[in-house]
Amino acid sequence: MKDLDAVAALHDPVRRALYEFVAASGRDVGRNEAAEGVGVSRTLAAFHLDKLAEVGLLETGFARLGELRPGPGAGRPAKVYRRARTSRSVTVPERDYRELASLLAEVVHGLDAADGAIAAAARAGKRLHEPGGWLATLRERGYEPYEQDQVVRLRNCPFQQVADEQPLLVCAMNLALCQGVAGDDATAELDPKPGECCVSFSKNNSH
Amino acid sequence: MHLAQLNVGHLLAPVEAPELAEFVALLEPINALADVAPGFVWRLKESETDPTATVQHDFGDDLLINMSVWRTRDDLWNYVYRSRHLGVLQRRREWFTKAVEVYSVMWWIPEGHLPTAAEGMARLDLLREKGAGPEAFTFKEFSESPDTSPVTVDG
Repeated sequence: MKDLDAVAALHDPVRRALYEFVAASGRDVGRNEAAEGVGVSRTLAAFHLDKLAEVGLLETGFARLGELRPGPGAGRPAKVYRRARTSRSVTVPERDYRELASLLAEVVHGLDAADGAIAAAARAGKRLHEPGGWLATLRERGYEPYEQDQVVRLRNCPFQQVADEQPLLVCAMNLALCQGVAGDDATAELDPKPGECCVSFSKNNSH
Repeated sequence: MHLAQLNVGHLLAPVEAPELAEFVALLEPINALADVAPGFVWRLKESETDPTATVQHDFGDDLLINMSVWRTRDDLWNYVYRSRHLGVLQRRREWFTKAVEVYSVMWWIPEGHLPTAAEGMARLDLLREKGAGPEAFTFKEFSESPDTSPVTVDG
């Protein structure tokens, strides 16, 4: 029930906002910054951040405050929080689609049927496409998009466990899916970076 | 300990053939990517001056051999699957026959040791004959370095 406990911990709106703030930052966040980002007191933020760490949704560490915030107090190590990479999934009653996905990916790879799987992913992506809504769609589907130097990158791979087992297949399917979701709004290309999703986007001028 | 990796592939045509031109053109940028990748230690080169020269060997015609040494599993993984190398790997069917046998092997070596092609091929044979074990393994059935195995304390 550890996953369920973790997910239940997100029920509180302040806690949820703090989790989303830390996750979206993609780096270590101190208590002050999180409190300011969400608009609550430092004490309240610290309480909820520690709860999130307790259930394993956040990881903690210590960093010099100076790196996070210049001025008085800089140089003293402060507690920082970052999003834990472990994924949580809860279905009631228990279902295990991840295991099934792994097995199917292995079969597709073994049959050399990647082209068919990629075409299916492309069709699924096209069905998800809404003109102008591609970023919202990616966000809803857990990709955690962020913009850097006019390129939209994806902080999270929703298919990570299966992608780790069959990266050639799953990353190609994911690219096809993302191209479909983006439609004419943006150009998706394979652009893998350690710890991130394998796709990045350049926005098309008309959008 | 460092992690050595060998992979082999049977080319669809001789390396000089026009069908392979695109692949040969990619050798230089992809090798350059490896050379600057975090955790890269060494790779087997045929020539220090010609980056497109493929490794010469006696293991059969049209067999392409790549061998490199890395600090950790994650370093190698990130180069193979989390860099521009992934896109090249996905195009492998354009240039290589479909592998019917295991085509990639890893093993631990003492730091400073430079493995030979024959050594790599012997590890691949071992993996093909006996399956994955501490002497020859794969990403999927990985063996941790003997360095990092937990220390047992008496009492």
